[in-house]
Amino acid sequence: MSNDMSGRISWPAIFSGRLWTLLLVVMLTVAGAQTVAQAASHGMGSADSAEKRIAPVGRVQVEGQPLIEEAAAASAPEAPEPLAAPQPQRKDYPNIGVSSRAVVWIAAQMHLFFGALVLAVPLFVLVIELTGLVTKDERYDDMAHEFMKISLVGFSITAIFGGTLALALFLLYPDFMGYMMRVFGVQWLWYAALFFVESFFLYTYYYGWNALRYGNKKWVHLTLGLMLNAAGMTIMVLANSWATFMMAPSGVSETGVVTGSIWEIMKGPLWNPINLHRFIANIGFGGAVVGAYAAFKFLSTRDPKLRAHYDWMGYTSNFIAILAFLPLPFAGYWLMAEIYAYSQQMGITAMGGILAWLFIVQAVLIGTILLAGNFYLWSGMSRTEGSVRYQWMIKYIAVILVICFLTWMTPHTLILSAREISVLGGSHHHILGPLGIMPAKNIAVNLMLIVTFLSFQLYRRSDKVAVVPWASAANACMVAIYLVAIANIIFVGVYYGYFTNTVYKVGSSVIQVASTLVVIISGLVIDGFLYKGAKRLPSHWGQVSDRSQYALFALPIAFTWLMGLMGYVRSSVKTHWHVYTVMKDNSPDNFIPTIGYAGNMITLVTILFLLFVLFMFWIANLSSTRQTRPTTAEGGAVA
Amino acid sequence: MNVLAKSMIFSVGLTLVFTLVANLLPQVEGEAPVEEEVDLGSLTMDDFVTLGESLFMGKGTCTLCHKPAPLGRAPDIQGDNMVEVAKERLVDPRYQGKATSPEAYIRESMVDPSAYVVAGWGKKGSNDSESPMPHVDKPPTALSGLEMDAIIAWLEAKDGNEITVALPTMEASAEVAVVAPAGGGLPAPAATPEEAVTKYGCQACHTLLGSSASLGPALDDVGDRLEPEQIRQSIIAPDAVITEGYTSGVMPQDFAGKMTVQELEMIVKLLAEQKQ
Repeated sequence: MSNDMSGRISWPAIFSGRLWTLLLVVMLTVAGAQTVAQAASHGMGSADSAEKRIAPVGRVQVEGQPLIEEAAAASAPEAPEPLAAPQPQRKDYPNIGVSSRAVVWIAAQMHLFFGALVLAVPLFVLVIELTGLVTKDERYDDMAHEFMKISLVGFSITAIFGGTLALALFLLYPDFMGYMMRVFGVQWLWYAALFFVESFFLYTYYYGWNALRYGNKKWVHLTLGLMLNAAGMTIMVLANSWATFMMAPSGVSETGVVTGSIWEIMKGPLWNPINLHRFIANIGFGGAVVGAYAAFKFLSTRDPKLRAHYDWMGYTSNFIAILAFLPLPFAGYWLMAEIYAYSQQMGITAMGGILAWLFIVQAVLIGTILLAGNFYLWSGMSRTEGSVRYQWMIKYIAVILVICFLTWMTPHTLILSAREISVLGGSHHHILGPLGIMPAKNIAVNLMLIVTFLSFQLYRRSDKVAVVPWASAANACMVAIYLVAIANIIFVGVYYGYFTNTVYKVGSSVIQVASTLVVIISGLVIDGFLYKGAKRLPSHWGQVSDRSQYALFALPIAFTWLMGLMGYVRSSVKTHWHVYTVMKDNSPDNFIPTIGYAGNMITLVTILFLLFVLFMFWIANLSSTRQTRPTTAEGGAVA
Repeated sequence: MNVLAKSMIFSVGLTLVFTLVANLLPQVEGEAPVEEEVDLGSLTMDDFVTLGESLFMGKGTCTLCHKPAPLGRAPDIQGDNMVEVAKERLVDPRYQGKATSPEAYIRESMVDPSAYVVAGWGKKGSNDSESPMPHVDKPPTALSGLEMDAIIAWLEAKDGNEITVALPTMEASAEVAVVAPAGGGLPAPAATPEEAVTKYGCQACHTLLGSSASLGPALDDVGDRLEPEQIRQSIIAPDAVITEGYTSGVMPQDFAGKMTVQELEMIVKLLAEQKQ
């Protein structure tokens, strides 16, 4: 622009050559910017598509093109760089002279054992207390209180092992723990805060038992119990999210950069299956442990009243343990199905790969649990005179259990010498070979569960006589349900298991599980109506054999060992990863140990757990022991 | 004998029975893959094929699923002649991939398994449109391009087909991971940025720290052109953005899995300071 000497704008000067040039540049710039914007909005911009291609790894700039959000980025303070998961090398792991994994293994397993116990006991204590309120039978209330008493020290032991575990992890796996702290962030503080909440409800629930025993106050007490369970369950699901994040990370990028909210990190594909599986397993485990306490007290006294009390207590514990145990395999199916859906590699590593052999040990353990549970029920039938109606069936149930148990533990691949292989004509026996694969085992486990429910149903019927006019029809219906379910389980298992490809084998197990569940649910519903107002036959609590009580010792031992074994599988399926696919484990222990080594470790923690449980029971009894006042002669100064 | 002693003997005895069962079973240890150097200078095609078989059976974890019927959870590629099978797939109307040769088809099925899903082997509910197979170039398998080539060479060779895969050259990534006995050490992390640059061979292709190589873009002025996060991006996902005039697939894709975080950050910092 130019001015003449008078200061007025000279119009012809506006259209001078320089101004035309400036105007042209401005127009071209605007037109160019519009073209780029249109291209970008139609997905044609190379910067845009590149950004899409590599999201969520980071920000993108195509070389030679303008920076995206250049102006804003220039003026804004520099954002913190996203941090990928650390990849520590072997030298980054502290060496304390013993296997770091073994140290963490013991601390974690002890913490989990006691954690499972103290989460489960308040759960069924609340149900027993409620039963006492509904039935107006104070024996339930007293038994529930006693269950709480014997597990109270368990809360402290859980916390002690939890603290030990945390310190061990921070010392031995600092990079891993640093990463986990970063991923879960403030959730850790919420977790810690929940212990205060749980402790508040625990102590008010336990110490307020007699102060809040009757009338409306009882409802206040039940509410305290409910809140205790709510706090405990929340603690469990939070802790589960760490384990499931390590197995199937979510809410992070391929390199471990946090990309999602804490909720997205927690709700990984395996979170709810593990929550359900642990919830059910904890109840079974808790029932089994307090059952051992009852058995020990039963055997330790000759007082008929006390023996009757502890016999009843042992029966109730076994009832809880077995009832929780029956649906557990189905929760296990769901968990494994989700593992396969998340990563077929991981699923096969567990079920058909290097870890497959341990399912033979699992079969032995579950077989022990079912045999012990059934034996206890059969022994318990001697308490009631009405049981003679059903005792003839026991031998058939026993035969089915043993055959199924042997089928379940038949290995697929036999360890044979060269001579034996040549005699057999291969590594698989022509008869035993087919029994080694999953279809046979699915049939076996479902039949074992069905006949265990039958034992349970017969036991429950032993002291009752149905008086409803449709009793015969109901019994016929029940028998038909059993027969159809058993036929269905065998047919589906054989047909889909041996005459179709592997994909259908997994699908067929769902039908088998459904058959078993139909038997259990229909049995409970039919008996519920059939024996409403039924004639009761006398039961003689305390008249059960001493031998039967050892079944109550076998249950918690097998449960404990089984929990340890499943923990080994759950952790090992991650193979050489701290966080699967995101953070490698480069420690000296980054291999899957042999089943023998794992077995030795599990035995070690099981025996440790046994000793600590004995300590817990001893402390519980100490509180009700009162020293007799010394006489003058004994006490000297007392007088 | 008192009750405590009897119950303890019973409980410990039962525990020992379980321990005995666990120790009677076959004892197998699952070893983690260990990085091993392969001398590309003396590598023969036979060695390369053997390496491919070893990767197929080991690090690749292919045999977890690819087993003979009825045990397999995926097509039996050990039993099938994959070159012949690939030829049939390429002319199948269902095939929507980009491969035009058996070699390319096999490679595509490793890095993009859903490009063609064999009937009956798709993910449940996907109507054979989605494969349950993981992308083998990504964690947890994370095979390098060289390792995939070795597997393809073995798949071609095992049925007497012509091996179409070229032997890797010195320019290609020299490190491959194969399953090796425990005890093999990992390479020590670099202590300085220059050491890290040397360790990962950046100067072999880029102009940097006195090198004048031109296979990749010059990096002696990269600090003027790229932000640190873009440099980091270029290292961990090199093909995300390709500089004009250069081609994708040349730079190794597995630095994110090989570098330690400290090494990566040291290299990024050093490159960000490279300004004219």
